[in-house]
Parts: sequence; C-alpha cells; structure tokens
Amino acid sequence: MSRVNGAGMEAKDHKHVLNVLVQNQPGVLAHIAGMFASRGFNIDSLVVGRTEDPALSRVVLVTSGDEPTLEQVRKQLGKIITTVKVRDLTEQNCVHRDLLLIQVHCPPERRGEIRQITEVFRGSIVDVASRSVIIQLTGSEEKVEAFIELCRPYGIQQLARTGVIAIPRASQRADAGRSQRPSRRRAANAKPSRQHPAAPPMPPS
Amino acid sequence: MATRVGSPSATSTPKTCTGAQAFVDALLQEGVEVMFGYSGGAILPFFDRLYDAPIRFVLSRHEQGAGHMADGYARATGKVGVCVATSGPGATNLTTALATAYMDSIPMVAFTGQVPTSAIGNDAFQEADVTGVTRPVTKHNVLVNKASDLPRIVKEAFYVARTGRPGPVLVDLPKDVQVAQLDVPENVKMDLPGYRPRVHGHARQIRLAADHINRAERPVLYVGGGVVLAGASDEVRQLARKGNIPVTTTLLGLGAFDEVGDADLALHMLGMHGSVYANYAVQNCDVLIAVGARFDDRVTGRIETFAPHATIIHIDVDPASISKSVDVDVPVVGDAKKIVSELLAEIERRERSEWFAQIDAWRKQYPFSYDSKGTNIKPQYVIEEVCRQTENQAIIATGVGQHQMWAAQYYRWRFPRQMITSGGLGTMGFGLPAAIGAQVGQPDRTVVDIDGDGSFTMTLPELATAVEQNLPVKVVILNNSFQGMVRQWQELFFNKRYSATRMQNPDFARLADAFGAKGLRITEKADVPDGVRELLETEGCVVADFHVEPEENVYPMVTVGKSLDEMELGGLA
Repeated sequence: MSRVNGAGMEAKDHKHVLNVLVQNQPGVLAHIAGMFASRGFNIDSLVVGRTEDPALSRVVLVTSGDEPTLEQVRKQLGKIITTVKVRDLTEQNCVHRDLLLIQVHCPPERRGEIRQITEVFRGSIVDVASRSVIIQLTGSEEKVEAFIELCRPYGIQQLARTGVIAIPRASQRADAGRSQRPSRRRAANAKPSRQHPAAPPMPPS
Repeated sequence: MATRVGSPSATSTPKTCTGAQAFVDALLQEGVEVMFGYSGGAILPFFDRLYDAPIRFVLSRHEQGAGHMADGYARATGKVGVCVATSGPGATNLTTALATAYMDSIPMVAFTGQVPTSAIGNDAFQEADVTGVTRPVTKHNVLVNKASDLPRIVKEAFYVARTGRPGPVLVDLPKDVQVAQLDVPENVKMDLPGYRPRVHGHARQIRLAADHINRAERPVLYVGGGVVLAGASDEVRQLARKGNIPVTTTLLGLGAFDEVGDADLALHMLGMHGSVYANYAVQNCDVLIAVGARFDDRVTGRIETFAPHATIIHIDVDPASISKSVDVDVPVVGDAKKIVSELLAEIERRERSEWFAQIDAWRKQYPFSYDSKGTNIKPQYVIEEVCRQTENQAIIATGVGQHQMWAAQYYRWRFPRQMITSGGLGTMGFGLPAAIGAQVGQPDRTVVDIDGDGSFTMTLPELATAVEQNLPVKVVILNNSFQGMVRQWQELFFNKRYSATRMQNPDFARLADAFGAKGLRITEKADVPDGVRELLETEGCVVADFHVEPEENVYPMVTVGKSLDEMELGGLA
C-alpha cells in the first residue's frame, strides 16, 4: 500500500479549481508554471487576466491530483513571493465558465441540424464556409464537453478552449473541504496503544 | 554631481544620484559591511561607486566561489551574505551557489549586472536570462527596469532574504539603470502584498504539543538547521533540560545543541550516516518533536516505516514543509525561537529513567567506531586530532562526501554556526570558499576547511583569494585519490566497478606553496598529531594534504529502501 505523497495506488485524483491573485509583474506567470513543472504538478488549464486592480492579476488554474498533492500545490503557490492569495474554489459555490470555438464539418444540407443543436446550447455560429462552420459556446466545463461530443459525429476540424475561469457566488463562502488524507507513513494497522512498551530493536545484520 | 555616501537622512530633501550610487547607499542602509564578487562590463558603473564606499570588497577567482563565500559568511554570522557578478557568464556562474543557499535556506542577496534594457532579449553580448535561469533556485528574483524602483527593490530583497524561511534573492541590474539618474526618497516603502511570514504559533497547537510532550515516556527532540537560522539554540537547550528530553540533530543542525556541555542528552546526528543510538531512539520514540527540520530523505530512511510509534510535533516557519513528505500530528507554524519559548512555559520534567537507560545501552554498544589498526592513516583519526587540538572550538567548513560525513560524526559540536556545510544540494567545492566567507565574518575564530581531494579541486583557485585577503583559513585535505562517497556506493552496489571515480591529483602541498599559502604533506600515521599542530600553529593560510586509507567506508549507513533502524555497521558492531 503506498503511503508516500504522490504515489498512491488507491489515492483518488481530484480536480481542483484554484483562484490565485498575483502581483501584475513580469515573470510571475513563468514562476507559477515553472514551480508546477519542477514539482511535477499537473496543469489541466490555466487562464490569466487583469482584475479591477491594475496592480493585481488573477490566475485561474485547474489541476488534478490526490489530496496531499493538492495541499502541496496550494502551499507552494502561497510560497511564491508575488502571489498574494490562493483560494481553492472547488468546494465552493462558484460560477464557472469555459469558452469554446469549434470548427465543425458542415455540408449545406447539415446546416439546419447544426444550427438547431447550437441554439439548444445557446451558442452562436460565428463563421460560415462552404463546407464548415465555426461555433462559439460559453458555459460550464460539462456543458462544453457535452457539446463537443455532440459535434463529434459531424467531424471536428479544429477546436480551441480557453480553460475555466471562476469566481465564487456572493451567497456562500464555504471553506474548501478537507477530505480524509491517506496516512503517509504509518503501517497498515492503527497506531499501537501507548501502554505497549517499545519492542527491543533487531540487531543489525 | 552625486551626493556623498554617509548618513542617508542627512538632508531633508530627496537627493538625486545615479542608480549605481543609490544602490551603494541602499546597501549601506542595510548595514552591509562586506561583499564578495567578480567584476565585468555590465556591472562597471556599480564597481566605480564601490571604489569610494566603506564596504570591504573580497574579489574571488570565480563567481561560484564568490557565491559560496557570501553563503559561508551568512552561515557563520547570521547576517545576510552579499555577492555581485557581471552579466551573462558571471551571473550563470552564480547558479550553483544560489541553488546551494536555496536548499539550505541561507539569507543571501546576489546582484548581477545586465545588458541595457534596450538590448534585453536581443541576444546581446554577455546577455543571459538570469532571472529565468535562477527563478527555480531563488526565494525571489527581480529585474530592475526603472532606476526609480531601485531603492525599494534593494530594501525588499534584504527583507525577503532574511525573514520567514530565509533564502537567496537575486537582483538583476541593467547597465542603463545603473547609470540613470533618480530621486531617492527619504522613506522607502516596500510593496510585498503577497509576503506575510508567520511569526507567532497558534496557542492551541502549542498547548496540544506541550500536552503530548508531558505525557511522553520516550520523547526525542529532532533539531534541524532552522534552529540555527532562528537563533533558537538556547530555547531548545532549555526545553531539552527542563523536559528531560534527548536531542538529535540533522547535519545542518550540528552545533545547535552542545554535544559536550549537554552530553547526557546528546544523541549526535541522525539519518543515513547518523549514529545508531540516534536512529534507534527515533524509531522507538513515542513523541518526536521536530524543530526547524524538514524530514529530508537523508534523515527518514524508508518513509513508510519512519518513527512508527511516534506522535509527531512539527515546529517550522514554512507551512509548505508541514506534512510534505511525512504526515505530522501537531503542526505549529511560526518562528522557532518564539514558539519554543512559549512551549517551555508549559513543559514539566519527567524522569523517564527506563528510556534513558535504553539509550545509554545503545550508546555503549554502538559508538561511532573505525578500525584503527593498520599502517594507513585513517581519515576519522585525522578528524579526531583536529577536534582535540582545536578543543571543539573551531568553525568547520566542509566539502561534500565521505570527509563531510566523518567530520559530522567525529567532531564534537558545541555552538550554533559552527558547522558550515552544503546539506540540501550537496555541492562539492563548497568547503574552501565557504571557509573564506566564514573567516571574513568571524576573524577571531579558527576556521578549518575539512575537505576531500575531489571537492577541494573544484574550487581550489580561491586559495588565491584567501592569501590575498590574509585570511588564515586552515585546509585539511583527506586525500584518498578517489571521489570517496561515490566509490563507496560503487563498492556496495556496483561490485567495486570504480567507473570514473579514481583521480590523479596534483601535489596539493606544492600547489598551496605556489599560491603563496603554506603547504604540508602527511603520509605517515605517526606524523598526524604533529601535522595537525603545524597546520593550526602556522600563521596564515595553510593546506595540509593527508594521504589517507584509499578505500574506507562511512558507517553506519542506512542504504536505499531501508528503515532508519536497519543500518549497515561494516562489521564493527
């Protein structure tokens, strides 16, 4: 049974959305990306942009890993001098949005169908060519992924996604949940009772 | 005309001067008395201002040497070490020194020249993306784009370097910024909204920790380099004495606890090459109190079976170190000195006679030992002689390898900032320049570099620096014509296939003479005590080349994949 950080066979991989407020200075993004690379953390997506404060930018990144890994990701992000605040939005009630641009193979006779699907998803057709269209869609990750799957049978020529941005809803401010962490050093059994005296050590071979 | 250096608040109006002058003034404002470095085109404006400034400048012979000197100075004094290099190759040569300081959390600020801002990104002569190259190995780094930012950036650099978990900071100074005019404000304000180092520990956590310690039957204090950095050595000693708790230290924690004055509680170093009694104590303890230590893999052995019976209390200034590799039960984040003194108030003494009897039994059965028969000089014997003749009072710098481990095992450590060694990165060549930096910072102490032939060769040109600066550094080379530690691993795991570890060395004694130092060569066992005496009593920089047993191993050893209590003893048990 693996106990060491990051090598869990039974450790579950969670996806986490992290909202990081950073100083708007050159090199900050490189620092964050470099830290993820050197520590072997995963970046599923990363979006960075300005905020209402010109001195601060917001980085929204989606990362995945087991709970001890996520804890290290949060702490290592916090350690970077130019990051101001790290918030884990995963467990909170947030508005998440992903922007999709997708070019779908579309012969003239299919235009009606594709337009219908697009309308159902509240997307819009932003480009029409003789045998393809480009559709723009915003929504949650699940909605975007569902739409991509629906487009697949028609033939996807290319697609681009921004990745998720998110901000918490004003109504709730729950803290990020702390799920049970697998122990990283203990043997399979529970801790021995304190009354049990230490066994004499095996003489070294 | 730039206003003169002196009290920066002499005038009430902001003064106008060049970036280079503002830079020198800011350094004086920070109390910098000495800098280590090497010049070059891109940093010339600064060096011109330095020429008149009341700062001692130590010219090294390689920028890596300058970096290690600043590091050794910081470790020996507790002040922020300062080094300077030019752009391009000068700056990249600092990388290893920065990484060394980064891994051991040493407060250091490195200033590098850079090509003018208009030339950046253009593949200019001696241009390198220094902030890019050093970002992963510095606590913080900055490229100064505007001269008006300089005073703030310098102030921030020193603040970041010495607070929280200390670390190296790099400031990159384009040449045009050094030359540009700026108005220096009277009060320089820092702008670090994301940096709030934690000082005070959570009171509830401290009470919880005290509770566990008071109920412990077999506690152990596990003390790391953080105690030295925090200046918490006294508090830790009081905690150990008041609570009656044995103390083991990491390599970087050596000297944080007095192994002679408090010998009854001292377990010496733990870990891969630590003492048997320290490792057994940790594996059998019921409460492990970690202070300023980070559960490094050299210390824990196989993590899954590390301290299997212990409730672990972890006092550390860096929240990212808590439960990074080993889950702890009672974390306390904050400054070690403050937390331990608060903890002290709630600690009660318990006799724990059974635990101490057990520890004494282990101590008697498994002391550090080596086979002293035979005609060759044993490296451990040389270290014992150095320890005896310096009366445990010298500052010891080391390179990396077997000699480093034997120094840790056979010298008896008495005061913080005594052991100057590269632990985290394990940088060969650290010894001589670090000893030079330490001697600059502690001119009244004897400083001995215990080095290996492999490590010494990497930075030996710095002998010129030591001689030029009249620094009486004493160098002990434990010369076995091998990269000893690698050879040991080849013996144990690769069937003695000594691939690329044998070395043909120069005559180090003659080499030392050529540099203007005094060179000694000792090849006979009987000559060791006199050799050490001549080394210590000869004035000035002295290099003593001891020809030692070529294939000697460091024991005990916890090999890869083994638990801390599964040590190899090399047949001397």
